[in-house]
Amino acid sequence: MRPFTFTQAQNVDTAVREVSSDGAKFIAGGTNLLDLMKIDVMQPSHLVDITQIALDTIEETEAGGLRLGALVKNADTAYHELVETRYPLLSHAILAGATAQLRNMATDGGNLLQRTRCYYFYDTHTPCNKREPGSGCSAIKGYNRDLAILGTSEHCIATHPSDMCVALAALEATVHVTGKSGERAIPFADFHRLPGDTPHLDSNLQPDEIITSIELPAQGFARNYTYLKLRDRASYAFALVSVAAALELEGNTVKEARIALGGVAHKPWRVPEAEALLQGQTASRENFQKVAEAYLQGAQGFGHNNFKIELAKRAIVRALEKATKMEATA
Amino acid sequence: MKEHYTGTATNRVDGRAKVTGEAKYAAEFEVPDLLYGVVVNSAISKGKITRIDTSAALALPGVHQVFTHENRPGYTWLDSHYQDEDSPPGSPFRPLYNNEIKFSMQPIALVVADTFELARYAALLVHAEYESQPHETDLEANLPKAYKPKKYKSPPPSDPRGDAPGAFAAAEVKLEEAYAHPAHHHNPMEMHASIAIWQESGKLTIYDKIQGVQNSQKYISNAFGVPQEDVQVISPFVGGAFGSGLRPQYQLFLAVLAAKELKRAVKVVLTRQQMFSFGHRPFTIQRLAIGASADGKLESISHNAFAETSRFEDYNEDVVIWPGVLYNCENVEVSHQLVGLDVYTPLDMRAPGGTTGTFALEIAMDEMAYKLNMDPVEFRLKNYTDKDLNKDKPHSSKELKECYRQGAERFGWAKRKMEPRSMKEGHQLIGWGMAHGAWEAQQQEAAAKAVLSPTGKLTVSSATADIGTGTYTVMSQIAAETMGIALEDVTFELGDSTQPKSPLEGGSWTVSSVGSAVKLVCEKLQEQLLKLAQKMENSPFSDAKIEDVSFENGQMFLTQAPATSISLQAILAQDEGQPLEAEASQKPDKKQKNYSSYSHSATFVEVKVDEDLGTVKVTRIVSAVAAGRIINPKTGRSQILGGAVWGIGVALEEHTVLDHTIGRFMTHDLDKYHLPVNADVHETDVIFVEEKDEIVNPLGAKGLGEIGIVSVAPAIANAVFHATGKRIRELPITLDKLM
Amino acid sequence: MHTENSPGTETAVRPLLPETRTVTLRVNGTSHQLQLAPWTSVLDALREHLHLTGTKKGCDHGQCGACTVLLDGKRINSCLTLAVMQENKEITTVEGLAQNGELHPVQQAFIDHDAFQCGYCTPGQICSVIGMVNEGKAKTLDDIKDLMSGNICRCGAYVNIVKVAQEALEKNTGL
Ligand SMILES: Cc1cc2nc3c(=O)[nH]c(=O)nc-3n(C[C@H](O)[C@H](O)[C@H](O)COP(=O)(O)OP(=O)(O)OC[C@H]3O[C@@H](n4cnc5c(N)ncnc54)[C@H](O)[C@@H]3O)c2cc1C
Ligand code: SF4
Ligand code: FES
Ligand code: FES
Repeated sequence: MRPFTFTQAQNVDTAVREVSSDGAKFIAGGTNLLDLMKIDVMQPSHLVDITQIALDTIEETEAGGLRLGALVKNADTAYHELVETRYPLLSHAILAGATAQLRNMATDGGNLLQRTRCYYFYDTHTPCNKREPGSGCSAIKGYNRDLAILGTSEHCIATHPSDMCVALAALEATVHVTGKSGERAIPFADFHRLPGDTPHLDSNLQPDEIITSIELPAQGFARNYTYLKLRDRASYAFALVSVAAALELEGNTVKEARIALGGVAHKPWRVPEAEALLQGQTASRENFQKVAEAYLQGAQGFGHNNFKIELAKRAIVRALEKATKMEATA
Repeated sequence: MKEHYTGTATNRVDGRAKVTGEAKYAAEFEVPDLLYGVVVNSAISKGKITRIDTSAALALPGVHQVFTHENRPGYTWLDSHYQDEDSPPGSPFRPLYNNEIKFSMQPIALVVADTFELARYAALLVHAEYESQPHETDLEANLPKAYKPKKYKSPPPSDPRGDAPGAFAAAEVKLEEAYAHPAHHHNPMEMHASIAIWQESGKLTIYDKIQGVQNSQKYISNAFGVPQEDVQVISPFVGGAFGSGLRPQYQLFLAVLAAKELKRAVKVVLTRQQMFSFGHRPFTIQRLAIGASADGKLESISHNAFAETSRFEDYNEDVVIWPGVLYNCENVEVSHQLVGLDVYTPLDMRAPGGTTGTFALEIAMDEMAYKLNMDPVEFRLKNYTDKDLNKDKPHSSKELKECYRQGAERFGWAKRKMEPRSMKEGHQLIGWGMAHGAWEAQQQEAAAKAVLSPTGKLTVSSATADIGTGTYTVMSQIAAETMGIALEDVTFELGDSTQPKSPLEGGSWTVSSVGSAVKLVCEKLQEQLLKLAQKMENSPFSDAKIEDVSFENGQMFLTQAPATSISLQAILAQDEGQPLEAEASQKPDKKQKNYSSYSHSATFVEVKVDEDLGTVKVTRIVSAVAAGRIINPKTGRSQILGGAVWGIGVALEEHTVLDHTIGRFMTHDLDKYHLPVNADVHETDVIFVEEKDEIVNPLGAKGLGEIGIVSVAPAIANAVFHATGKRIRELPITLDKLM
Repeated sequence: MHTENSPGTETAVRPLLPETRTVTLRVNGTSHQLQLAPWTSVLDALREHLHLTGTKKGCDHGQCGACTVLLDGKRINSCLTLAVMQENKEITTVEGLAQNGELHPVQQAFIDHDAFQCGYCTPGQICSVIGMVNEGKAKTLDDIKDLMSGNICRCGAYVNIVKVAQEALEKNTGL
């Protein structure tokens, strides 16, 4: 770890001011930033501790939704009564991620900004465009079992590793941020980026901007939902593929379907046109299979991760079946 | 009443130290004026360092030195001076020897600074430039270059028996398949660490993570030309090792080098990533050809292994001995060949060769059972052998049949239908599978010392290790029982190179080797006690021989006249309150030579496999083990439970992936190298089958460290086949292989 | 101020080291004043500065749970948090569990169930069981296994650890 200076900000304004210096970064739970600093992947020269800022509450919004403070711990979010009852999909997604210890530390804001777990990104002795723009991507022709199959570019095939974000994408949350030029609200779908030719940028957040809260709209899909996470061991592993599925049903007819995929792209993956295929249709395995096919249109494997294409399709079908309680929700 | 400590479930005597955090592991000794060393590793896998610039690191205040091949002191560079008790034939790796890079992540510098954080930072500032050369790390691509080593580390594969190819050609039922076992890294939870303390006198005191302190002592003495008596190595607690601590690892060499040069105390702890920069279980491909008659009699087995090794040492392990140990077949041919690659030398890892070989052989036998349409247990019974056919010797004891019987009964095997995919629950396909395995019960020469204090407290010591296997407890039990005193009155000490000689702790031989020495040394004390008692005036023991007396409840008495007794304390009072001391060394008995000794296991497994998603859950394991006398059923059971967890890891999760483009292991942390977690482990049942063995060693105990793992992975793989109809011959069985 | 250090190019510049400051850590009921740079983790502060080596380092990256301690009664990985960020919090380590020489029931249960072998993951497992009881979210056997999965045991003592955890939940032996 390289040396850095350290200050604690008591409010959003100071935080934004202090992070404006070159090489400065916020630190919240520290579970991702310190991990990466220890192996020299991140090299901030100044850290602004934002954990003292009063952004650690969960409140109801006038629109009937919920506002999750950026500094609320992942565990406190998942176990919050209003989240558990109105947004169980989010609870389940958070609890599928990391461990009890890490969720007690990790913050909701930090979770959005966690970086990829690509093998090469984590090893400074290998070329990686995300870590060192222009150095090349080792994963495309290398070992890529965990990496992306959708929305990739010739420069990077990394995935976004978060579970929480997959649920937030399905729920169509809004990210509230404050920067030097004021506040803005970013729809979740626009928060993360695809790698394109700027794989070093994970999100559209500006360096001087702080996430203040994540807003959930009123619609919580509390009746028919599933978060299905497939991984290489039963717990404490990132997703190979995960699916957040949320349905509004009328009898056996789908009024609205939301599906977001994790572990397959540089951001939580949604295909609204494919979701629309379900609208007004009966909730049946056949129809789910159609949606799954549509969701994976254009998917491309890189060798070790080819299996994810078929796995994602099957996972979508299973998640939708579970969400409609064609199978008991696990 | 005599207290029977051995054979009784006993809490660990070091339990309190471990649950309170008082137990000190290598990196945890408080040493004044300690410096911290951090290792810099090579970016490339083969080539030369053309320039190494340490100036930026050295410019930092608080950095004492950066050691590289350019400034390392000129010590001895003879191969033999770097060989240790577990070295395979060849030329051992010598840290900072020259500018040559032989494997990826090779240590190239040690930064020494006042604090850990500073050394870690300075290590980032060491700048190395390289000239890369083409590397070869791909075993499969280099199979044509396989060779038979001039010298094998373990006994060379046995000569052919009968005519395997001929019998195979003639066999009615045949199987010919290849099986791949990937590279694994030991990953004990404690990372390798050493503290080397240089003293004015030139002596060195070293805390090291090692499975045998005397191995480190000899290694350092030879490598640095320091007399053995000037090197003391201490290691009272080892946070797991599983073989990674059989050889001194490079952090020890570097810590000593720095301590000597700087005349200070230096601590070097490897990072978790660096735990992937030395020995590993080698990637091994096995080709099996098996022939049988239509009624299930094995006619021919060929078992040929191809394993990776480094360019500098020929590591091999007992991968192909298992057909001769486990099956009655007259025509057997085995071979073990190596492929030299640009990797570090592989290293014994829990049940080395047994895990790898049994995995392939036992899946192949399951395949045969299916070709023959025979129940897998019945098939094994049909080809049961009472002899070790490799050595043509009878077993000193073998209760494997009882393992099948009790294991099958507990599991409910009788209800199994042969057809794959015959059990289902929702989306979950259910499968039942089994396998068996063996592990050699060896005894090595070992010594122990015992001191009985005038207050009746017994301290026994031997330079062995407790890597979690329960050595402290088991040795205390043996000593207490032999001496007939209370367990609380016994202290067992280990992990100090000044103690009596002990072999490395490995191969499941610690109980049999050190335990036998402990028993013997206690018997010596008894002889001395008798002599002392005989010196008493009007001693009622004056005519007694050692066979005539017994020791119980802190008393010595005439076996035929128990009323004639005297307390040990009273005897010791004779000697003006001097403590009584004895030392003894125990070698394997000659009569063992005529026998072969193995522990055995039969494992039965239930899995649930998701028919669409390919996820595997091991819902039930029953492991029946015959391993002679179980000295401590409590810690013994834990060993077998741990072996089952390892089996789950081997079957489903563990895999150190090499990227051949850069010749580097890429799953080099615990996020990417998957070890089983709590949620992976479900019902696990251990059965110890009674087995009497008067030959194997004076204790009749065979050791439990490895037998728990060998048959678990193949049993899981066979259960997966039974569930899905898919035969996976390449580990780990990840969901993509089952979709 | 800090100068960017790209390896090898800064031989002339002497980079500044981070300044230390007085950090007050409350550990097991005692306040300790330490001179620490901001880059020192709670784990390194405990092990290297306070010589409280009961808390273990198994990876230093949040990947094993050996470093688990209780922070205001909840479990965290002490390797992934900075000491300067945990002032005024109550840190409980394995050394702080026994009272007057009497083991905490969870410690005793680890011995009685032989829920460890090498003992290296054990302090983390013990803190984790206590944290799990405190947090009050484990209801079923599967919950226990999942909520204890943040502590890897390479010796594979899980079957016995689960027994301890079940017993601790039944008897409600938290902190
Ligand atoms: C071993 C391991 C396993 C894990 N497994 C999973 C998993 O399975 N699923 C999963 O989803 N996650 C997993 N995680 C990741 C974990 O969820 C994230 O590390 C965590 O959510 C990050 O939150 P934090 O508060 O600790 O962020 P920090 O590490 O403090 O910060 C991360 C980044 O966000 C920035 N940042 C933080 N807060 C703000 C803010 N309010 N405004 C602007 N910028 C901010 C920081 O500058 C930094 O760049 C795992 C982590 C580890 C170490
Ligand atoms: S996939 Fe992206 S993160 Fe991974 S090596 Fe390529 S550029 Fe780097
Ligand atoms: S040392 Fe902190 S999680 Fe491994
Ligand atoms: S007891 Fe050894 S790692 Fe858990």
